[in-house]
Amino acid sequence: MNRLLDTIFHNTTRFFAISVLMVLAALFFVLFNEAKPAIDAFGLQFITNSKWAPNMDIFGGYPAIYGSIISTIIAMLIATPVAIGIAIFLSELAPPWIATIVGMAIELLAAIPSIIYGMWGLFYLAPILRDIWGGNGLGLATAGFVLSIMILPFMAAITRDAMKTTPPILKESAYGMGATRWEVLKDVVIPYVKSGIIGSIILALGRAIGETMAVTFVMGNSHKIPDSIFKPATSIPVTLANEFTEADTDLYYSSLFYLALILLVISFTVIAIAKFWFLRNLQEQRV
Amino acid sequence: MSTICEVTHEHIIEVKDFSFYYAGLDTPNLKKINMPIGKGAVTALIGPSGCGKTTLLRCFNRMHDLYPGNRYDGEILFKGRNILDKKEDLIKLRTQIGMIFQKPTPFPMSIYDNVAYGLRLQGIKSKSELDDRVEQALKDAALWKEVGDRLKSSGTALSGGQQQRLCIARAVAVEPEVLLFDEPTSALDPISTQAIEELIIKLKEKVTIIIVTHNMQQAARVSDYTAFMYLGDLIELGVTEELFITPKEEMTEQYITGKFG
Repeated sequence: MNRLLDTIFHNTTRFFAISVLMVLAALFFVLFNEAKPAIDAFGLQFITNSKWAPNMDIFGGYPAIYGSIISTIIAMLIATPVAIGIAIFLSELAPPWIATIVGMAIELLAAIPSIIYGMWGLFYLAPILRDIWGGNGLGLATAGFVLSIMILPFMAAITRDAMKTTPPILKESAYGMGATRWEVLKDVVIPYVKSGIIGSIILALGRAIGETMAVTFVMGNSHKIPDSIFKPATSIPVTLANEFTEADTDLYYSSLFYLALILLVISFTVIAIAKFWFLRNLQEQRV
Repeated sequence: MSTICEVTHEHIIEVKDFSFYYAGLDTPNLKKINMPIGKGAVTALIGPSGCGKTTLLRCFNRMHDLYPGNRYDGEILFKGRNILDKKEDLIKLRTQIGMIFQKPTPFPMSIYDNVAYGLRLQGIKSKSELDDRVEQALKDAALWKEVGDRLKSSGTALSGGQQQRLCIARAVAVEPEVLLFDEPTSALDPISTQAIEELIIKLKEKVTIIIVTHNMQQAARVSDYTAFMYLGDLIELGVTEELFITPKEEMTEQYITGKFG
């Protein structure tokens, strides 16, 4: 009887676990199936075609892909140095009570729903930026800035956690050689957790590139490739969020699915690379 | 209250009425310790877990200062200078008094860079001087024969025993006057342990050694003087053969005969 129960239990949990794989496969299948007409019509040129003209049934994904990549790069350029600075301060320099309080604040910030960042960007940040660089204040730079603020706490938190994996004894041996705090950080901690830091940057990148709500308000929604980062643009998630209700032709509808498929592949690749770095990091922890 | 033998070597370190308090504790972890350390000798610190031997060792290079709130009381005189003084330059102190840890701690860099690390910290940039001193340090640590032809490979890829000798090379490269060993063989196999012990005996020609060990045979094999500690007190400091054969304190005798610990 017990054995029977055990077998049932075993098989039930295995079914649950395998269902994750099934959902993943189903997701890919549905996206690919729905995107099929657009793939047949445009092929891989969809990626490089910059013309998005629904009234002529011509769809090119380049403006959205370009917007996603550029806004993400801007976000990473702003967020990475700040996040690493915060992580260094929290893990190496701050007295414990400050590290605890700031660390909790950062984890709370990381939990704020992204729509809040989007609202803040539209109603508070955009008017300020409009006064600084003209235009309507919406575009790649604004989106990148909002994104950077959104991913910063997340990035700082995991970078800090990565830095904390440095064995105290390794740091002590550098101090024991007469190293200063800066030298210990530069020669021991950062090389030791390098792959962890890169992993956290890439994970944050994966978040930024797929982010929808924080940027929908501030991107400006233009399928024209902007000649400046201060002008309106679009990104893959923003296009998807805005245009499904307008998709009146089959090809339009299918092209949006094609974009979604591209986004999924990009995110997948990014996460896979991050996991690869993290795994490497775990293997290197031999001390 | 403790029995201190005569240390015939010149005293390079004098511990005087020294107490140590961990952060947030009112009772001292080390209680009014008095002991001399002989120059060019190996002094072993033994005693059961929690007796304070590692705590004491980490006072000699002020390692406890890395964690806020720890407190020293009394004096530790190193060549007549009180290293507990607030004005003590810890960076300089730690180049004079080096440390080897329980586990090998090679830095994530090449063998060469590991050994050159302390030299570069001191501002030595000349390639030829670095080459010479790295080679000398690796020879001193009995590692040159094994790694001399692959100095550019990673220090973390060596075996455990080689890694520990690499750490010893790294420490001796800056020519410290004292080396602190904190259970240096506790993570090593018997053959690597023997190599490290032989190395310690050889190193004392150049440097004063203080070694914490939980292995009494090891203390007997490598040390000139042995200090037995118990619950934060120094019970007895003796010439090693005398302490193990004719201990003066009853507690020392009970410990070395295995009645407790």
